[in-house]
Amino acid sequence: MDMISKEHKKEKLGFEETELRLGLPGGGGIVNGDLVINGKRGYTETVDLKLNLALKETGKEENSQKEKNLISCSNDSIKSPYKAQVVGWPPVRSFRKSIMAVQKRNSEGGGAAASFVKVSMDGAPYLRKVDLNMYKSYQDLYGALGKMFSSFTMGKCDSRGMMDFMNERKLMDVLNGSDFVPTYEDKDGDWMLVGDVPWEIFVGSCKRLRIMKGTEAIGLAPRAMEKCKNRS
Amino acid sequence: MAQSFPEDVLEHVFSFLNHDRDRNAVSLVCKSWYDIERLSRRRIFIGNCYAVSPEIVIRRFPDVRAVELKGKPHFADFNLVPEGWGGYVYPWVVSMAGAYPWLEEIKLKRMVVTDENLELISKSFKNFTVLVLLSCEGFTTDGLAYIAANCRNLRELDLGESEVEDLSGHWLSHFPDNCTSLVSLNISCLGSEVSFSALERLVARCPNLKTLRLNRAVPLEKLPNLLCRAPQLVELGTGAYSAEIQSDIFSNLSEAFLGCKQLKGLSGFWDVVPAYLPAMYSVCSQITSLNLSYATAQNPDLVQFVSQCGNLQRLWVLDYIEDVGLEALAAACKDLQELRVFPSDPYDAEGNVTLTEQGLVAVSEGCPKLQSVLYFCRQMSNAALVAIARNRPNMIRFRLCIIEPRAPDYLTLEPLDAGFGAIVENCKELLRLSMSGLLTDRVFEYIGTHAKKLEMLSIAFAGDSDLGLHHVLSGCESLRKLEIRDCPFGDKALLANATKLETMRSLWMSSCSVSFGACKLLGQKMPRLNVEVINERGPPDSGPEDCPVEKLYVYRTIAGPRVDMPGFVWTMDERVSSRFSRATEGHGD
Repeated sequence: MDMISKEHKKEKLGFEETELRLGLPGGGGIVNGDLVINGKRGYTETVDLKLNLALKETGKEENSQKEKNLISCSNDSIKSPYKAQVVGWPPVRSFRKSIMAVQKRNSEGGGAAASFVKVSMDGAPYLRKVDLNMYKSYQDLYGALGKMFSSFTMGKCDSRGMMDFMNERKLMDVLNGSDFVPTYEDKDGDWMLVGDVPWEIFVGSCKRLRIMKGTEAIGLAPRAMEKCKNRS
Repeated sequence: MAQSFPEDVLEHVFSFLNHDRDRNAVSLVCKSWYDIERLSRRRIFIGNCYAVSPEIVIRRFPDVRAVELKGKPHFADFNLVPEGWGGYVYPWVVSMAGAYPWLEEIKLKRMVVTDENLELISKSFKNFTVLVLLSCEGFTTDGLAYIAANCRNLRELDLGESEVEDLSGHWLSHFPDNCTSLVSLNISCLGSEVSFSALERLVARCPNLKTLRLNRAVPLEKLPNLLCRAPQLVELGTGAYSAEIQSDIFSNLSEAFLGCKQLKGLSGFWDVVPAYLPAMYSVCSQITSLNLSYATAQNPDLVQFVSQCGNLQRLWVLDYIEDVGLEALAAACKDLQELRVFPSDPYDAEGNVTLTEQGLVAVSEGCPKLQSVLYFCRQMSNAALVAIARNRPNMIRFRLCIIEPRAPDYLTLEPLDAGFGAIVENCKELLRLSMSGLLTDRVFEYIGTHAKKLEMLSIAFAGDSDLGLHHVLSGCESLRKLEIRDCPFGDKALLANATKLETMRSLWMSSCSVSFGACKLLGQKMPRLNVEVINERGPPDSGPEDCPVEKLYVYRTIAGPRVDMPGFVWTMDERVSSRFSRATEGHGD
């Protein structure tokens, strides 16, 4: 095809019915009626935005009319801190999103750096390292430690993940009943039973972990009691 | 017309023409020039792998040494192109394996590559030297092992930001001991740890290594080992830039950087521990390209570091830099040409950083060479855009993303038409524009009137009617790529400008108002366009003709409808009506 004018082409291709009528830009000649699309296109079914936009009325009624046809939106202007996400918006590449998500998880543990501590287990030939910031709770941590040292068995935790250290009897049962118990060295250099303080405080004060034989850990229990009594 | 020069003289003259556009131009002069040119063409760039077939390419250019191919449309980066859409390199590799035994370079972007493809590449081309895979997917580290093992003269292996299934880091150890040819290695997208000793030995025996981009698993403490063995490095991507704070790690690092006299580019910096940034101070003044866009460092550490780099030409950074950091940048880096500011928390509506339009205005004022901008922010004003436009008439790439869709000028609550209008009016050389915020048809009028050099335009949540689209298609003479999402553009503008589409590489429209009927009409009338309807919810003919299609991808092609379409893609052409009477797959061909 050689380069003939667009208008000529339009005729050739039978576009008369769809021909746009344009007036001067900004002038009174624009016949908007011809160009405005009919909003009734079953659009809301085909658009899956789940947006909760705060629509600012800019004085163009046409605008908001079409916008209502385009999206299912709410008319209140309350913004929630985390919006329902529109697919592909903002336009951040998946590669970048996944990297940032991992780094955010790391940093939320407190501090920009990862919080690696050494983990030793009595009788195991090698030490491991765990990043405490990767876990959200004692249960999480026990799960990971369990995988690392597969012969490791745990004492029970209650639903909040904290052992009932005030109940001496229960503690003794636990220590006698299981093979290994997790302990940690805190900032003061003391060896403590894992699980006796809230998770966040534990992460902040744990310097290293040692998974001791249950029988050896019994010696710790009274000291743990002492420390707690002093704190409360 | 006088007789031409002898063929070999012409061939010699043509050998000075390296740019595709020049070569395409000479090939149009006459038949003999066409033939001489095609026999001597060594490098091919194909911007859309479906615009032409391997057979056609091979028939015309029988002795090609370097091929560059692009597959999926750009919006695939943002998950708008469904999985399985296409972009397979397979047919190209198979054909070229037979036709181009001397092929040296393959560069792919947004294509699907498998381990079998990589194996075939590694075994078919004896002189293979360059493999670049940008934003590709479909292969594993096993495929990389073939490349490492079999490509004896490999110079460049760049995995870009590809999605690689990471089975192990063992592939790197497949580089034979006598491989000494590496010039560029980019493995930054890989997760698993490669054998450090294998990496160290590889780096040590490649004296021409200029670019080394490590992955996150390479620890900071070991970086000095590599730097000492490659003091000639020009581009370095660090691994994780974090370690426990220890003075010996710091001093080793500083000393190693001191030795890198050729270093010009830095990237990486995952998990950055700011205390270690000063270890690089010795190279800061030589750095021209700095990618801190994965570094979660904040001010003052961040701005302190960036301010040391007075010769910076390109900076990619997170919005942690804030306005104050950009003001410092504007004062310190007078050679800055490209700035990209990425959002640290794109899904938080409020944001917790003070990065506004002020920062960008400051840089546009202070950096006279600034020509390329990508900026994510949460507020913008017409006044700021006008200022930027007036400050920087030399702008050629301007991409602004205001995080909230349809956000107006935050000062006046008006649309941002005037601001973007000023950009296209003042920046006469503008090649690429991405817009956001509240925009009416008026902005498209400005674009159609002024943006005569514009080649790529990205539009989202903008416009009022087909008039907007019509302005762009009828006014932008240089337009090659147009991508649109969530705009009220429909049939009229598209059909009225159908022939324009043959002058462009491609048009993408998703969540717009283009009806199935219009797509059929376009496909029937324009045989040299592939009009692809992408409907994941079901065949487009399951509703009435005026029902909008979910996504539309139109591109010019001389290869006809493609044969590798998945079940949710239909090509509209003459046979459309008969095909849709058949029940099942509703497939392309």
